[in-house]
Amino acid sequence: MSPLTILLIVEASAIGLILFGAPPKKVSLVAAGANFLLSLWIYAQFPAGIGGWHFVENHPWIALGGLPEIRYHVGVDGISLPLVLLTTLVTLAAVWVAPAQIKRAAEFYSYLLLLSLGALGAFVSLDLFFFYAFHEFALIPTFLLIGIWGSENRQFVSLQLTLYLGLGSLVLLAGIIALLGVLPAEARTFDIPQLTDYLRDNPIAPGQQVLPFALLAAGFGTLVSLFPFHSWAPLGYASAPAPAAMLHAGVLKKFGLYGLLRVAMPLLPGGAETWKPWILALLLGNILFIGLTTIAQKELPAMLGFSSVMHMGYLFLGLACWNALGVSGVVFLMVAHGLSAALLFAVAGEVRERAGEIRFAELGGLARRMPFVAVAFLVGSFASVGVPGLANFPGELLIFFGSWKSQPLLTAVVVWGIVISAVYQLRAVRSVFYGDLPQHLADTMDVEGAKRIPYALLMAALLILGIWPGTLLGVVGPGVRGFLSLY
Amino acid sequence: MAWLLLLAPLSSALLVWVALRRHPRASQAVSILASLITFVTALGIVLGRIEAPAPLAWIDFPGFRVEMGMTLDALARLMLLMVTGVAFLIHVYSLGYMAEDPGRARFFGELSLFLASMIGIIVSTNFVMMYVFWELVGVSSYLLIGFWFEKNSAADAARKAFLANRVGDFGFLLGILTFWATCGTVAFDPEAARALAGNWLAPVAALLLFCGCVGKSAQIPLHVWLPDAMEGPTPVSALIHAATMVAAGVYMLCRIFFVLELSPEALSVIAWTGGITALVAAFIATQQDDIKRVLAYSTMSQLGYMVLAVGCASTTAAMFHLTTHGFFKALLFMGAGSVLHALHHEQDIWRMGGVGRKMPLTFVTFGIGAAALAGIPGLAGFFSKEEILQAAARSQPVLFWVAAFTAGLTAFYMTRITLVAFLGQPRSEVVRHAKESPLVMGLPLIVLAALAIVAGYPFFGIVRYLGGQEGGEKSLLVPAASLIAVILGLAAGAFGYGRATKEPVAIPLFQRKFYFDEIYDWTVLKLQEESARLLSWIDQWIIGFLLVRGGAFVVSLGGEVLRLVQAGNLREYAFVFALGAGGILLLLFGR
Repeated sequence: MSPLTILLIVEASAIGLILFGAPPKKVSLVAAGANFLLSLWIYAQFPAGIGGWHFVENHPWIALGGLPEIRYHVGVDGISLPLVLLTTLVTLAAVWVAPAQIKRAAEFYSYLLLLSLGALGAFVSLDLFFFYAFHEFALIPTFLLIGIWGSENRQFVSLQLTLYLGLGSLVLLAGIIALLGVLPAEARTFDIPQLTDYLRDNPIAPGQQVLPFALLAAGFGTLVSLFPFHSWAPLGYASAPAPAAMLHAGVLKKFGLYGLLRVAMPLLPGGAETWKPWILALLLGNILFIGLTTIAQKELPAMLGFSSVMHMGYLFLGLACWNALGVSGVVFLMVAHGLSAALLFAVAGEVRERAGEIRFAELGGLARRMPFVAVAFLVGSFASVGVPGLANFPGELLIFFGSWKSQPLLTAVVVWGIVISAVYQLRAVRSVFYGDLPQHLADTMDVEGAKRIPYALLMAALLILGIWPGTLLGVVGPGVRGFLSLY
Repeated sequence: MAWLLLLAPLSSALLVWVALRRHPRASQAVSILASLITFVTALGIVLGRIEAPAPLAWIDFPGFRVEMGMTLDALARLMLLMVTGVAFLIHVYSLGYMAEDPGRARFFGELSLFLASMIGIIVSTNFVMMYVFWELVGVSSYLLIGFWFEKNSAADAARKAFLANRVGDFGFLLGILTFWATCGTVAFDPEAARALAGNWLAPVAALLLFCGCVGKSAQIPLHVWLPDAMEGPTPVSALIHAATMVAAGVYMLCRIFFVLELSPEALSVIAWTGGITALVAAFIATQQDDIKRVLAYSTMSQLGYMVLAVGCASTTAAMFHLTTHGFFKALLFMGAGSVLHALHHEQDIWRMGGVGRKMPLTFVTFGIGAAALAGIPGLAGFFSKEEILQAAARSQPVLFWVAAFTAGLTAFYMTRITLVAFLGQPRSEVVRHAKESPLVMGLPLIVLAALAIVAGYPFFGIVRYLGGQEGGEKSLLVPAASLIAVILGLAAGAFGYGRATKEPVAIPLFQRKFYFDEIYDWTVLKLQEESARLLSWIDQWIIGFLLVRGGAFVVSLGGEVLRLVQAGNLREYAFVFALGAGGILLLLFGR
């Protein structure tokens, strides 16, 4: 049995145990911890320097009517392994950060694990059906987590998110169907490696690729908050409980990018070429329009939500230019953004809970009362604005270098994002943690003891990847080369 | 061995951060030890005992290889010795200056981070490695300016410094990208740079790279952060915002001179930027009342001189002045810090007076520093400024006169603050109770004062070390003009401020710093604020409302979704949703 299957089984059985009445937080922590260690082991066993699929498990699952056979086919390469590591680490941190005392705790923790299980499943699936279904599976707990445990007008936000992501998923589904539809009947399969190989040797006429790619790009794009299909994200993240925001912004949202990278771009290169100007134009909306919108935010969680939308612009740029440097940068930055976003959303949760306030105008000086939380926020902020020594920098750097040769002017505009993000991120540091401490915050307590460990884990990961990017690029580079034949 | 230069201060920073934040004594010991190790290693390198290590591949892709290595040529060695030496003295001085601060453990950790980043810039072998440490220097500067983060002014100043530098770094990064795309490498490789020769991209790359220097070395128009950076503790002002970090911009220009020299147009722009900065900053310095701000504007002005020298194609003159300036400006700031320490942080020179009698050691050493800065013959500043003026006279005659005039202004404002702060009668109660600072603060002053005297002489060998005199005969006009300017400046200062107890002539334009802050507030910041608000409105009401709620309306025509959610029955909806998705799939494929 592939260790990847074990990852899935561990989370599924933890959910089962919780439903049967086991203590939710403890079980979740143990499962998440075990999965994190197991994924580290997978990373350690992963053969260095060569691409291709590893830890593969492949057997038939079900055949329905005229559908191509659905197979249980899992495996990781240098592109998905980093995302698996990201998922298990952020899951561990999110479960650890979550409060032990919360209404309907058993449900809360099962939904968190379900969300994580869906993301994991999507990242390891090599079968389009499972790939899609696992993600769909993970969206449901997202809606519930916001709808039941969210803050400001959670009903409305949850509805909006449901509609938006639901529509996005439907468009995506239509895209998958259209993709299979343009293939000759004997070539129709859900198997991603087979599809990739087949289409590399027998490309479809570019004209036929235009529609399926448009649907896939719109679907995946909505899931990653491509401008202007982003409205679900800031509100959703502002309202979601911290662990849910960590898991969705940090992990599940990467599904859309992963899908573009794994399915849409390599299978439909002609469609990608046709739509590239549109993607390039829209990602400027992410960087400039949303970047400036982020500056105008007046509350911490909303600002983090918008900032998360803005950062997707870099990733779209790396994907659109489609070369080894840029795509490796995308994989690296997906992980880095996941870690930094999780860290920042976790801090926002602590601030909301401990200070009882999220408006910048009412916050201030908290570094005096919460030095540890302040340090965590500072590290997350520096990572997020692309300071070297933290993980986001090598990712952004690779993307900028990758896109410069074909799109120098556009890249120059996107690089201005490093100034915009510094403006809003340091403003947040300034107004939450520096300056005068208002009277009503004078008794705020810092995070102490074992509760610090999830923060320390995320910070350590950001530092390790930032100081020595080779730890991950060693698998990403060959993986990208192997999957995409990009060199 | 040479890796110790980076590893010692980096591990000190990490250790303090992770384990020693509550243990000030241990963190002081670790940080000072790290700084001593870097100085000794630098000495070993200069004496030829330590060789550059083999580079490590940090990012390795076909066509894009970034190494972490060490360049240890004469340029780097001189800079290393100056930076690690001054840094060590300032670490020691900080023992005394920060003795009562509750956050001093953190302070020493951040100093170590700064030292590591600064050394990284110096030894960089390629553009990306330099950019990495360049940014880290910016981070440590942000942390140290905002060291007293509970003060609003310090928190604002830190952010302003980071942002102004980021704007410069934006250009710097684009310059790196341009160089890489044209030359095919990010290494400092003059051979590869030939691809730029005669190319229209040569001035573009040169000027984009120069943007980094404009931010870091506080050249107009990105200089606005430097005076505000004086909100940081005074040892920080001495080390980072006077002697080392701000000079990194000039060092970078010398390091990448092989790119700059491909474009005479770019060199002219650089020379003019430096010349104008030198002049404008000197004007402002004549009318500031805060002793640290006078010194900050004088730093900016002297950096302008160095940039001017690079623009005149004399990197030797630039590095010479950078080194001597490092010594006497660190000395001046530490002298000022010694005064502030004794006066409980009174920074207004008009509330001082007569400090010299209370603090003789500080007075004498500050006086030596001031004289060296003013360009009094026989002291270090005279020699190095002379080199710059000679270079300017050779290639930019107009800027030579600007620089000579600025030399007069420099003598004038240094006379002003020395006379007003140290001589005359005490003008406030704190001065009457002032006491000389402790010996840990005094000793570094003595060492730096000695260097400020001798560092300029040929026997000290800085110019020779950098590769000897540059060609071209020396014009006698240069020393004559600058001497006359200095004498006039001294005389005007003595005449105007010998007995003054308040500002005799107020010039609002200079006091308000040519209104740069106001102009930025009204243009850049306003523009950004307003456009951010407008876009946010559009996002909320047009994109959010029309697209989302419009879309919701279309979808909800069936009424199903809305009804379910209004009933609060989300789980039911989610279930239906999952079923629906599966159903559609079946429908389409189940034919």
